[in-house]
Amino acid sequence: MSFILSPEEWEAVRLSLIVATRSLAISLGPAIGVAWVLTRYRFPGRALLDALVHLPLVVPPVVVGWGLLLLFGARGPLGAPLDAWFGIRLVFTTAGATLATAVMSFPLIVRAIRLGLEGVDTGLEAAARSLGAGPLDRFVTVTLPLMAPGILAGAITAFAAGLGEFGAVITFAANVPGETQTLPLAIYAAIQTPGGEAMAARLAGIAFALAITGLLLAEFIARRMRRLLGQG
Amino acid sequence: MLEVTLRHRYQRDGFALDLAFTLPGNGVSAIFGPSGCGKSTLLAAIAGLLAPDEGRILLDGKVLLDTAHRLSLAPERRRCAMVFQDARLFPHLSVESNLRYGLRRAPRGTSGPALAEVVARLGIGHLLARQPRGLSGGERQRVALGRALLARPRLLLLDEPLAALDAPLRAEVLPFLAGLREFGVPMLYVTHALDEVDALADRLILLREGHLIAADTVEALALRTDLPLASRRDAGAVLACCIAAHDPARGLSRLEFPGGALLLPLRPEAPGAQVRVRIRARDVAVATHPIEGLSTQNILPATILGIDPAPQPQEVFVHLAIGPSRLLARLTRDSVDRLGLSPGRAVFAVLKAVSFDRGGTAEI
Repeated sequence: MSFILSPEEWEAVRLSLIVATRSLAISLGPAIGVAWVLTRYRFPGRALLDALVHLPLVVPPVVVGWGLLLLFGARGPLGAPLDAWFGIRLVFTTAGATLATAVMSFPLIVRAIRLGLEGVDTGLEAAARSLGAGPLDRFVTVTLPLMAPGILAGAITAFAAGLGEFGAVITFAANVPGETQTLPLAIYAAIQTPGGEAMAARLAGIAFALAITGLLLAEFIARRMRRLLGQG
Repeated sequence: MLEVTLRHRYQRDGFALDLAFTLPGNGVSAIFGPSGCGKSTLLAAIAGLLAPDEGRILLDGKVLLDTAHRLSLAPERRRCAMVFQDARLFPHLSVESNLRYGLRRAPRGTSGPALAEVVARLGIGHLLARQPRGLSGGERQRVALGRALLARPRLLLLDEPLAALDAPLRAEVLPFLAGLREFGVPMLYVTHALDEVDALADRLILLREGHLIAADTVEALALRTDLPLASRRDAGAVLACCIAAHDPARGLSRLEFPGGALLLPLRPEAPGAQVRVRIRARDVAVATHPIEGLSTQNILPATILGIDPAPQPQEVFVHLAIGPSRLLARLTRDSVDRLGLSPGRAVFAVLKAVSFDRGGTAEI
């Protein structure tokens, strides 16, 4: 068995990295916002928002993919105007795979960021206030740096999980080589193909290595940061 | 000038704060009372970190809060920098960045001490590059003081800044706190330690269960025997003294106050320095005739002004006049009867010990 990857296999690895990176890029900002709202505010509908955010974690990924298909499909209530106004098509495209991955990893990021935010002493924000720092100033100079370990841990976990997202991607974006065929989809396709075990094994090895690296990196950086922030 | 009217009720335990006072716009005012009397709530309301049910707060004529007109200035715009019990240094910033945090946010055109000046006064120059986590409690509190002062506040709010420190650290930080008076920023100082009041404050606001029970100069309130202060072990008159001379050979310093002088163990301050000395009432004895062969040299001719009941039924407070200055002596009723003490009588006040603003007590 050869350990050298074929161009198609490299393509799957590359695509996985692109999808995971992009999905992280689009979900990080909203995740910080949602985590902030859920941690710092008490309002009617908070429990509902919390449940909604966690939904992709508990609903079968296929169902999430199907839901996205209904919403963002060519004739879906969101998919049709996106196509008509911006020419954006999500089904069968890398953008679609990215969206599905982002939705699936969203609860993971939100959870990690919330944990980080709950560890931030609001007394420090009060101190910054009395020293003359306004809301945005306080957030950028005090809250954000102090919750950075949480954000980082969330981002890396979500990235690692994003590399392996399967059910929602294949349901919503289908299994198009070079377009939506990320690592897990390529592995699935290889297993389905007679004589594809060697390819599946190589790809599985890469997926394993990427996941382990990501998790170790997350742990390492989080520990360094905590020490830097005087929390460890 | 600070004008405060506040009314606030905590839903949880029904504790209510209801008070009004006015303070001049200079010097140090201490808010003093047992824990749970509402002094920290009062400070938080002035800082804007707590929204009271009703209230009106004016600082130098500027409205910080006026609930009747639905007006409440955001804390960051009140320019009332706060020093907390737990220092609250930003853990991700160096000491220097912590100090500059306030300075950077001070409105343009405001004047105040420069960073170097504050650093020198607080003795934290060697800490500038350090991270807060490596500092001792006392060092942390000194940095917090500098940070608040450098925000160029109109009013410095101090919420029991020494309460979390043990006795040696308190003794380390207290002189630095007193040194901040030189910068001329008015301070509102919350504490439940009387020695801190003696060392720092010009005025005293006494709180009990959310109400103001007295507000006056420290010297005036020290002489009031009708206040809870009088039942403390360290109750007694406060004398504003001037260091007249040192006698290193005998290990003594001579401190003068209006109407008399005291000999105390050698003081560290230079001659001419102003020191406040609390003469505890239980350390003052009264003699009807001059006595000889006594270890203490501080025997001062005095006149009895009045006799008030003390918290202990068998004891009384005797008010003594030494020229324009006042002393309190805590005696038993038996002594008063035996010696026939009564207002107007000339006696001698015998001081057994004197406690200093730094919290130490000296036998003399």
